[in-house]
Amino acid sequence: MINPLRSEAEAFRFLIASIVYFGAIVIAALIDKWFGVAVFVVLTAGVLVWWFRTRRAERPPKTAPRPHAEGERRILVVANETVGGHTLRSLILERSLDVQEQVLVVTPALNSPLRHWTSDEDDARAAAQERLDASLAKLSEAGVEASGEVGDGDPLQAIEDALRTFGADEIIISTHPEGRSNWLERGVVEKARERFAVPIRHVVVDLQHEGSDREGA
Amino acid sequence: MAVHAEAHHGPPIANQSSRVNASVLGMLLFIASEIMLFGSFFTAYFFVRVVNGIEWPPPPFELPKFVAGVNTAILVTSSFTMHWSLQSIKRGNRAGLKGGLLLTYLMGLVFLLTQAREYSRVGFAPHDGAFGTIFFCLTGLHGAHVFVGLSILLFMTIRAFRGHFSPEHHHGVEIAGIYWHFVDVMWIVVYSTVYLI
Repeated sequence: MINPLRSEAEAFRFLIASIVYFGAIVIAALIDKWFGVAVFVVLTAGVLVWWFRTRRAERPPKTAPRPHAEGERRILVVANETVGGHTLRSLILERSLDVQEQVLVVTPALNSPLRHWTSDEDDARAAAQERLDASLAKLSEAGVEASGEVGDGDPLQAIEDALRTFGADEIIISTHPEGRSNWLERGVVEKARERFAVPIRHVVVDLQHEGSDREGA
Repeated sequence: MAVHAEAHHGPPIANQSSRVNASVLGMLLFIASEIMLFGSFFTAYFFVRVVNGIEWPPPPFELPKFVAGVNTAILVTSSFTMHWSLQSIKRGNRAGLKGGLLLTYLMGLVFLLTQAREYSRVGFAPHDGAFGTIFFCLTGLHGAHVFVGLSILLFMTIRAFRGHFSPEHHHGVEIAGIYWHFVDVMWIVVYSTVYLI
């Protein structure tokens, strides 16, 4: 949830706005009762419109990689169920050449909207854990030793949470091809590039037709 | 290919999805609970006044609008001095910090003493019907919050005069300021709804 009051300065501005708000209502009500009601309705509607617009416009801060040992590369892989693809494994191997790599795989615990709002996420986390275990096993078979964790259902929030404990040098987001990928439809990759100060690679993994991939830094 | 799955340098920083500082968030949650408390009192007030439809204030009582208005001006001004004190310490101006906190405390004290004086001269008591009860409950609840705010301000003022706080570390003043502005906003609501409308 985005809180509009985060500091004394914002609380002070809220106070000024309150004085204006109640002052206008009181003056209008003293002129005429129904005029006061009209001013109350108009001002309240204005406040609500402003509230919804500003909370949409707000962008969280970018998270930069934290310092770590020289010659070490930390790769954060965000994938729901496509981490097993050959393309992704090849990319991770390529990015790990000649460096000491640390790979963290984050699998978002995708959930239905209803279950999300009722905080019923146990099943989603359990399913995500199964997918994560399978992904780690496949990576291990390919020679990539990685650790993993189940993340927030929102992939962007999952990345942000992971970046706070894992100072990644780069992020790899793995998705299905366009048309089958919910994340691409929601513009997750573009939003992640806008939000995080870490290079982001997008890998399209077509498990049905391995080989067709797309990559961008 | 090397394996370094757990090779973090130092203890990991705790996940913090919320971007609000934890202590500020604590104060905001506390204020949220206070708003609910005031909300319950306002519900009783509007029930008495709107649902029961009694004249407000019921004759022959009269509310001291002018004195309460002056008191409102004093309390609103104290928010400005509070803001000034915090802005001062952010710029390293210790005199501004101390002056601002002291003025804020004094104005809050004047507000509280004036309210106590008005209680003794208002001409009705809490047991004089629903009107008297809800008037004293609402203004008294707010007065209790001013008292708490003054206690916090007193500690902050003493700390400021003892050399605490710096441009980098002034969280105590910041959080006290948030509470004081909340007390001020609540009074504007109380004064507007109980005294003026």
